[in-house]
Amino acid sequence: MSVIQVKDDTKYYGKLCAIENISVSIEPGKIYGLLGRNGVGKTTLQNLMTNRLFPNSGEIMVDGESITENDRVLEKMFLMTEKNLYPESFKVKDIFYWTKEFYSKFDLEYAEVLCEKFELNKNKKFKSLSIGYKTISKIITALASNAEIMMFDEPVLGLDANHRELFYKELLANFMEEPKTIILSTHIIEEIAKMLDRVIIINARKIVIDDSTENLLKSAYCVSGMSQNVDKYIEGKTCVNIEQMTSFSFVIHTQYSSQGLKE
Amino acid sequence: MYIDFNSEIPIYLQLAQAIEDNIIRGTFEEESQVPSTTEVSINYKINPATVAKGYNILVDEGIIYKKRGIGMFVCKGAKEMLTEKRKKSFFENYVECLIEEAKKLDISIDEIIKMLERSK
Repeated sequence: MSVIQVKDDTKYYGKLCAIENISVSIEPGKIYGLLGRNGVGKTTLQNLMTNRLFPNSGEIMVDGESITENDRVLEKMFLMTEKNLYPESFKVKDIFYWTKEFYSKFDLEYAEVLCEKFELNKNKKFKSLSIGYKTISKIITALASNAEIMMFDEPVLGLDANHRELFYKELLANFMEEPKTIILSTHIIEEIAKMLDRVIIINARKIVIDDSTENLLKSAYCVSGMSQNVDKYIEGKTCVNIEQMTSFSFVIHTQYSSQGLKE
Repeated sequence: MYIDFNSEIPIYLQLAQAIEDNIIRGTFEEESQVPSTTEVSINYKINPATVAKGYNILVDEGIIYKKRGIGMFVCKGAKEMLTEKRKKSFFENYVECLIEEAKKLDISIDEIIKMLERSK
Protein backbone atom coordinates (compact mmCIF):
# COMPACT_ATOMS: atom_id res chain seq x y z
CA MET A 1 0.00 0.00 0.00
CA SER A 2 1.04 3.52 -0.75
CA VAL A 3 2.36 6.37 1.32
CA ILE A 4 1.85 9.95 0.19
CA GLN A 5 4.43 12.48 1.24
CA VAL A 6 3.82 16.15 0.78
CA LYS A 7 7.07 18.05 1.27
CA ASP A 8 7.03 21.75 1.95
CA ASP A 9 4.42 22.60 -0.68
CA THR A 10 3.29 26.11 -1.46
CA LYS A 11 0.61 27.03 -3.96
CA TYR A 12 -0.32 30.48 -5.23
CA TYR A 13 -3.29 31.40 -7.40
CA GLY A 14 -1.88 34.57 -8.91
CA LYS A 15 -0.95 36.63 -5.89
CA LEU A 16 -3.25 34.69 -3.55
CA CYS A 17 -1.50 32.10 -1.42
CA ALA A 18 -3.76 29.01 -1.04
CA ILE A 19 -1.32 26.74 0.77
CA GLU A 20 1.89 27.69 2.51
CA ASN A 21 4.81 25.33 3.22
CA ILE A 22 2.62 22.34 3.98
CA SER A 23 4.32 19.05 4.84
CA VAL A 24 2.32 15.98 5.65
CA SER A 25 2.64 12.24 5.37
CA ILE A 26 -0.43 10.12 4.65
CA GLU A 27 0.02 6.63 6.08
CA PRO A 28 -1.40 3.65 4.21
CA GLY A 29 -4.45 1.68 5.32
CA LYS A 30 -6.07 4.45 7.31
CA ILE A 31 -9.16 6.61 7.03
CA TYR A 32 -8.32 10.29 7.22
CA GLY A 33 -10.56 13.25 7.79
CA LEU A 34 -9.32 16.40 6.06
CA LEU A 35 -11.16 19.15 7.87
CA GLY A 36 -11.24 22.91 7.97
CA ARG A 37 -13.41 25.95 7.33
CA ASN A 38 -14.42 27.04 3.84
CA GLY A 39 -11.57 28.33 1.71
CA VAL A 40 -8.65 27.19 3.90
CA GLY A 41 -7.02 25.07 1.19
CA LYS A 42 -8.46 21.55 1.56
CA THR A 43 -9.39 21.19 -2.09
CA THR A 44 -6.11 22.75 -3.21
CA LEU A 45 -4.17 20.21 -1.14
CA GLN A 46 -6.12 17.31 -2.66
CA ASN A 47 -5.66 18.68 -6.17
CA LEU A 48 -1.92 18.99 -5.53
CA MET A 49 -1.74 15.41 -4.21
CA THR A 50 -3.31 14.11 -7.40
CA ASN A 51 -1.22 16.27 -9.74
CA ARG A 52 -4.26 18.22 -10.98
CA LEU A 53 -2.53 21.35 -9.76
CA PHE A 54 1.18 21.98 -9.60
CA PRO A 55 2.84 23.49 -6.54
CA ASN A 56 4.89 26.67 -6.86
CA SER A 57 7.46 25.05 -4.61
CA GLY A 58 7.84 21.75 -2.80
CA GLU A 59 7.16 18.24 -4.05
CA ILE A 60 4.81 15.33 -3.60
CA MET A 61 5.92 11.71 -3.55
CA VAL A 62 3.95 8.48 -3.57
CA ASP A 63 5.98 5.47 -2.43
CA GLY A 64 9.13 7.53 -2.91
CA GLU A 65 8.32 8.47 -6.52
CA SER A 66 7.45 11.96 -7.66
CA ILE A 67 3.84 12.17 -8.85
CA THR A 68 4.50 14.76 -11.54
CA GLU A 69 3.28 13.39 -14.89
CA ASN A 70 3.71 9.91 -13.46
CA ASP A 71 0.74 7.87 -14.74
CA ARG A 72 1.74 4.70 -12.97
CA VAL A 73 1.58 6.44 -9.60
CA LEU A 74 -1.46 8.56 -10.44
CA GLU A 75 -3.44 5.42 -11.28
CA LYS A 76 -3.13 4.45 -7.61
CA MET A 77 -5.07 7.55 -6.59
CA PHE A 78 -8.65 8.55 -7.29
CA LEU A 79 -9.97 11.96 -6.38
CA MET A 80 -13.69 12.53 -6.35
CA THR A 81 -14.16 16.28 -6.66
CA GLU A 82 -17.22 18.40 -6.11
CA LYS A 83 -16.62 19.86 -9.58
CA ASN A 84 -18.36 18.17 -12.50
CA LEU A 85 -15.76 17.74 -15.19
CA TYR A 86 -17.42 15.16 -17.44
CA PRO A 87 -18.42 16.03 -21.02
CA GLU A 88 -22.06 17.17 -21.35
CA SER A 89 -23.16 14.27 -23.52
CA PHE A 90 -21.85 11.56 -21.16
CA LYS A 91 -24.23 9.02 -19.75
CA VAL A 92 -23.39 7.53 -16.35
CA LYS A 93 -22.29 4.29 -18.03
CA ASP A 94 -19.96 6.28 -20.30
CA ILE A 95 -18.27 7.67 -17.19
CA PHE A 96 -17.71 4.12 -15.97
CA TYR A 97 -16.39 3.05 -19.39
CA TRP A 98 -13.92 5.93 -19.65
CA THR A 99 -12.80 5.68 -16.05
CA LYS A 100 -11.81 2.10 -16.77
CA GLU A 101 -9.54 3.39 -19.55
CA PHE A 102 -7.56 5.29 -16.94
CA TYR A 103 -8.03 3.02 -13.94
CA SER A 104 -7.40 -0.48 -15.23
CA LYS A 105 -8.65 -2.06 -11.99
CA PHE A 106 -12.04 -0.33 -12.27
CA ASP A 107 -14.75 -2.85 -11.29
CA LEU A 108 -17.74 -2.46 -13.63
CA GLU A 109 -19.79 -5.17 -11.94
CA TYR A 110 -19.37 -3.52 -8.55
CA ALA A 111 -20.32 -0.14 -10.07
CA GLU A 112 -23.55 -1.70 -11.33
CA VAL A 113 -24.33 -3.25 -7.95
CA LEU A 114 -23.85 0.18 -6.38
CA CYS A 115 -26.11 1.79 -9.03
CA GLU A 116 -28.85 -0.59 -8.00
CA LYS A 117 -28.35 0.11 -4.30
CA PHE A 118 -28.44 3.87 -4.85
CA GLU A 119 -31.21 3.49 -7.46
CA LEU A 120 -29.19 5.30 -10.10
CA ASN A 121 -30.09 4.66 -13.75
CA LYS A 122 -26.75 4.31 -15.54
CA ASN A 123 -28.38 5.05 -18.90
CA LYS A 124 -29.22 8.59 -17.86
CA LYS A 125 -27.17 11.53 -19.04
CA PHE A 126 -24.95 12.88 -16.28
CA LYS A 127 -25.99 16.49 -16.90
CA SER A 128 -29.68 15.62 -16.53
CA LEU A 129 -29.18 14.27 -13.01
CA SER A 130 -30.09 16.15 -9.83
CA ILE A 131 -27.27 17.49 -7.63
CA GLY A 132 -27.66 14.48 -5.33
CA TYR A 133 -27.50 11.94 -8.14
CA LYS A 134 -24.54 13.71 -9.75
CA THR A 135 -22.75 13.23 -6.42
CA ILE A 136 -23.88 9.60 -6.30
CA SER A 137 -22.50 8.94 -9.81
CA LYS A 138 -19.15 10.32 -8.71
CA ILE A 139 -19.16 8.38 -5.44
CA ILE A 140 -19.84 5.14 -7.31
CA THR A 141 -17.09 5.88 -9.84
CA ALA A 142 -14.64 6.49 -6.98
CA LEU A 143 -15.62 3.38 -5.01
CA ALA A 144 -15.41 1.14 -8.09
CA SER A 145 -12.05 2.60 -9.18
CA ASN A 146 -10.27 0.16 -6.88
CA ALA A 147 -7.62 2.80 -6.33
CA GLU A 148 -5.26 2.28 -3.39
CA ILE A 149 -5.86 5.83 -2.31
CA MET A 150 -9.39 7.22 -2.52
CA MET A 151 -9.96 10.90 -1.88
CA PHE A 152 -13.41 12.35 -1.50
CA ASP A 153 -13.91 16.09 -1.62
CA GLU A 154 -17.40 16.95 -0.37
CA PRO A 155 -18.74 13.44 -1.04
CA VAL A 156 -22.19 13.99 0.44
CA LEU A 157 -23.15 17.21 -1.34
CA GLY A 158 -26.89 17.10 -2.02
CA LEU A 159 -27.34 13.59 -0.60
CA ASP A 160 -30.35 12.86 1.58
CA ALA A 161 -29.91 11.19 4.98
CA ASN A 162 -30.52 7.67 3.60
CA HIS A 163 -28.04 8.08 0.78
CA ARG A 164 -25.41 9.50 3.12
CA GLU A 165 -25.90 6.50 5.41
CA LEU A 166 -25.60 4.13 2.45
CA PHE A 167 -22.43 5.88 1.26
CA TYR A 168 -20.72 5.61 4.68
CA LYS A 169 -21.63 1.93 4.92
CA GLU A 170 -20.46 1.10 1.40
CA LEU A 171 -17.26 3.01 1.99
CA LEU A 172 -16.49 1.02 5.15
CA ALA A 173 -17.41 -2.27 3.47
CA ASN A 174 -15.09 -1.39 0.59
CA PHE A 175 -12.32 -0.40 3.03
CA MET A 176 -12.59 -3.71 4.90
CA GLU A 177 -12.85 -5.79 1.75
CA GLU A 178 -9.52 -4.40 0.57
CA PRO A 179 -7.55 -2.14 2.89
CA LYS A 180 -6.71 1.18 1.31
CA THR A 181 -6.13 4.79 2.21
CA ILE A 182 -9.20 6.99 2.34
CA ILE A 183 -9.24 10.76 2.69
CA LEU A 184 -12.60 12.33 3.45
CA SER A 185 -13.08 16.05 3.25
CA THR A 186 -16.49 17.21 4.41
CA HIS A 187 -18.20 19.72 6.63
CA ILE A 188 -20.62 17.19 8.11
CA ILE A 189 -18.06 16.19 10.71
CA GLU A 190 -20.41 14.51 13.22
CA GLU A 191 -21.40 11.92 10.65
CA ILE A 192 -17.87 10.79 9.80
CA ALA A 193 -16.11 11.32 13.15
CA LYS A 194 -16.52 7.70 14.28
CA MET A 195 -15.07 6.42 11.01
CA LEU A 196 -11.77 8.27 11.12
CA ASP A 197 -8.36 6.92 12.16
CA ARG A 198 -6.68 10.26 11.84
CA VAL A 199 -7.65 13.88 11.47
CA ILE A 200 -5.85 16.62 9.57
CA ILE A 201 -7.10 20.13 10.20
CA ILE A 202 -6.12 22.96 7.91
CA ASN A 203 -6.47 26.56 8.93
CA ALA A 204 -5.30 29.62 7.06
CA ARG A 205 -3.15 27.79 4.46
CA LYS A 206 -1.38 25.60 7.03
CA ILE A 207 -1.92 22.27 8.74
CA VAL A 208 -2.67 22.98 12.40
CA ILE A 209 -3.47 19.46 13.59
CA ASP A 210 -2.38 16.06 12.29
CA ASP A 211 -3.17 13.44 14.92
CA SER A 212 -5.19 10.32 15.69
CA THR A 213 -8.89 10.86 16.31
CA GLU A 214 -8.43 9.36 19.76
CA ASN A 215 -5.72 11.85 20.81
CA LEU A 216 -7.69 14.70 19.34
CA LEU A 217 -10.81 13.82 21.32
CA LYS A 218 -8.79 13.22 24.48
CA SER A 219 -7.21 16.64 24.23
CA ALA A 220 -10.45 18.61 24.15
CA TYR A 221 -12.31 19.72 27.24
CA CYS A 222 -15.52 21.59 28.04
CA VAL A 223 -15.73 23.94 30.98
CA SER A 224 -18.77 25.84 32.11
CA GLY A 225 -19.57 27.99 35.12
CA MET A 226 -19.47 31.53 36.42
CA SER A 227 -17.52 33.65 33.95
CA GLN A 228 -15.05 34.95 36.54
CA ASN A 229 -14.06 31.39 37.52
CA VAL A 230 -14.00 30.14 33.93
CA ASP A 231 -11.86 33.10 32.84
CA LYS A 232 -9.32 32.27 35.52
CA TYR A 233 -9.27 28.62 34.52
CA ILE A 234 -8.78 29.19 30.79
CA GLU A 235 -5.96 31.68 31.19
CA GLY A 236 -3.11 30.60 28.91
CA LYS A 237 -5.11 27.75 27.36
CA THR A 238 -6.01 27.42 23.70
CA CYS A 239 -9.72 27.97 23.39
CA VAL A 240 -11.68 26.76 20.42
CA ASN A 241 -15.00 28.26 21.36
CA ILE A 242 -16.18 30.65 24.05
CA GLU A 243 -19.84 31.38 24.66
CA GLN A 244 -21.21 33.75 27.23
CA MET A 245 -24.69 34.18 28.64
CA THR A 246 -25.01 36.93 31.24
CA SER A 247 -22.42 35.96 33.86
CA PHE A 248 -21.99 32.35 32.73
CA SER A 249 -19.39 31.05 30.28
CA PHE A 250 -19.11 27.88 28.28
CA VAL A 251 -15.69 27.14 26.82
CA ILE A 252 -14.17 24.36 24.73
CA HIS A 253 -10.39 24.29 25.06
CA THR A 254 -7.69 21.93 23.84
CA GLN A 255 -4.19 20.87 24.74
CA TYR A 256 -2.96 21.90 21.31
CA SER A 257 -1.37 25.31 21.08
CA SER A 258 -2.68 27.62 18.40
CA GLN A 259 0.20 26.54 16.16
CA GLY A 260 -1.08 22.99 16.40
CA LEU A 261 1.84 21.79 18.51
CA LYS A 262 1.06 19.82 21.60
CA GLU A 263 1.78 21.70 24.79
CA MET B 1 -28.30 -4.20 19.58
CA TYR B 2 -28.97 -0.47 19.94
CA ILE B 3 -26.17 1.86 20.99
CA ASP B 4 -26.77 5.52 21.66
CA PHE B 5 -23.22 6.81 21.36
CA ASN B 6 -22.30 9.86 23.38
CA SER B 7 -19.16 11.89 23.03
CA GLU B 8 -17.85 11.65 26.57
CA ILE B 9 -16.64 8.05 26.67
CA PRO B 10 -14.36 6.53 23.99
CA ILE B 11 -16.38 4.66 21.34
CA TYR B 12 -14.57 1.35 21.86
CA LEU B 13 -15.52 1.34 25.55
CA GLN B 14 -19.15 2.15 24.78
CA LEU B 15 -19.19 -0.68 22.27
CA ALA B 16 -17.68 -3.18 24.72
CA GLN B 17 -20.19 -2.09 27.34
CA ALA B 18 -23.13 -2.48 24.94
CA ILE B 19 -22.11 -6.07 24.21
CA GLU B 20 -21.70 -6.74 27.94
CA ASP B 21 -25.20 -5.32 28.56
CA ASN B 22 -26.65 -7.66 25.97
CA ILE B 23 -24.89 -10.65 27.51
CA ILE B 24 -26.15 -9.75 31.00
CA ARG B 25 -29.70 -9.26 29.66
CA GLY B 26 -29.47 -12.61 27.90
CA THR B 27 -29.85 -11.24 24.37
CA PHE B 28 -26.52 -12.83 23.50
CA GLU B 29 -26.57 -16.22 25.18
CA GLU B 30 -23.47 -18.11 26.24
CA GLU B 31 -21.88 -20.06 23.41
CA SER B 32 -23.92 -18.08 20.89
CA GLN B 33 -22.45 -15.89 18.18
CA VAL B 34 -22.19 -12.12 18.61
CA PRO B 35 -22.20 -9.71 15.64
CA SER B 36 -18.91 -9.77 13.73
CA THR B 37 -16.56 -6.78 13.86
CA THR B 38 -17.29 -6.18 10.16
CA GLU B 39 -21.05 -6.08 10.77
CA VAL B 40 -20.67 -3.74 13.74
CA SER B 41 -18.29 -1.47 11.86
CA ILE B 42 -20.64 -1.10 8.89
CA ASN B 43 -23.86 -0.87 10.88
CA TYR B 44 -22.69 1.78 13.30
CA LYS B 45 -20.32 3.43 10.80
CA ILE B 46 -17.36 3.00 13.14
CA ASN B 47 -13.74 2.66 12.11
CA PRO B 48 -12.85 -1.08 12.03
CA ALA B 49 -9.80 -0.51 14.26
CA THR B 50 -12.04 1.03 16.92
CA VAL B 51 -14.40 -1.95 16.80
CA ALA B 52 -11.46 -4.35 17.04
CA LYS B 53 -10.18 -2.46 20.08
CA GLY B 54 -13.55 -2.84 21.83
CA TYR B 55 -13.77 -6.54 20.98
CA ASN B 56 -10.18 -7.15 22.13
CA ILE B 57 -11.03 -5.88 25.61
CA LEU B 58 -13.82 -8.47 25.81
CA VAL B 59 -11.54 -11.21 24.50
CA ASP B 60 -8.83 -10.31 27.04
CA GLU B 61 -11.38 -10.42 29.85
CA GLY B 62 -12.57 -13.85 28.78
CA ILE B 63 -16.07 -12.68 27.85
CA ILE B 64 -16.00 -13.54 24.17
CA TYR B 65 -13.74 -15.76 22.11
CA LYS B 66 -12.90 -16.20 18.47
CA LYS B 67 -13.70 -19.31 16.49
CA ARG B 68 -11.33 -19.18 13.59
CA GLY B 69 -13.12 -18.54 10.31
CA ILE B 70 -16.56 -18.48 11.92
CA GLY B 71 -16.78 -15.49 14.23
CA MET B 72 -16.95 -14.30 17.81
CA PHE B 73 -18.82 -16.25 20.51
CA VAL B 74 -19.87 -15.62 24.11
CA CYS B 75 -17.71 -17.56 26.60
CA LYS B 76 -19.25 -20.01 29.03
CA GLY B 77 -19.70 -18.31 32.41
CA ALA B 78 -19.53 -14.84 30.86
CA LYS B 79 -22.93 -13.80 32.14
CA GLU B 80 -22.10 -14.67 35.74
CA MET B 81 -18.70 -12.99 35.48
CA LEU B 82 -20.20 -9.80 34.11
CA THR B 83 -22.99 -9.74 36.66
CA GLU B 84 -20.41 -10.01 39.47
CA LYS B 85 -18.32 -7.26 37.89
CA ARG B 86 -21.32 -4.95 37.57
CA LYS B 87 -22.42 -5.65 41.13
CA LYS B 88 -19.02 -4.48 42.33
CA SER B 89 -19.31 -1.20 40.44
CA PHE B 90 -23.00 -0.74 41.34
CA PHE B 91 -22.13 1.30 44.42
CA GLU B 92 -19.93 3.83 42.68
CA ASN B 93 -21.97 3.94 39.48
CA TYR B 94 -25.41 4.24 40.99
CA VAL B 95 -25.48 4.63 44.77
CA GLU B 96 -22.92 7.43 44.87
CA CYS B 97 -24.76 9.33 42.13
CA LEU B 98 -28.01 8.87 44.00
CA ILE B 99 -26.54 10.27 47.23
CA GLU B 100 -24.96 13.18 45.43
CA GLU B 101 -28.23 14.17 43.75
CA ALA B 102 -30.11 13.69 47.04
CA LYS B 103 -27.69 16.00 48.86
CA LYS B 104 -28.19 18.64 46.20
CA LEU B 105 -31.96 18.40 46.74
CA ASP B 106 -31.68 18.12 50.53
CA ILE B 107 -33.27 14.66 50.63
CA SER B 108 -32.26 12.67 53.71
CA ILE B 109 -31.08 9.05 53.70
CA ASP B 110 -34.23 8.09 55.59
CA GLU B 111 -36.37 9.63 52.88
CA ILE B 112 -34.39 7.74 50.22
CA ILE B 113 -34.93 4.48 52.07
CA LYS B 114 -38.66 5.21 52.21
CA MET B 115 -38.70 5.88 48.47
CA LEU B 116 -36.85 2.63 47.80
CA GLU B 117 -39.34 0.69 49.89
CA ARG B 118 -42.23 2.30 48.07
CA SER B 119 -40.78 1.27 44.69
CA LYS B 120 -40.38 -2.38 45.66
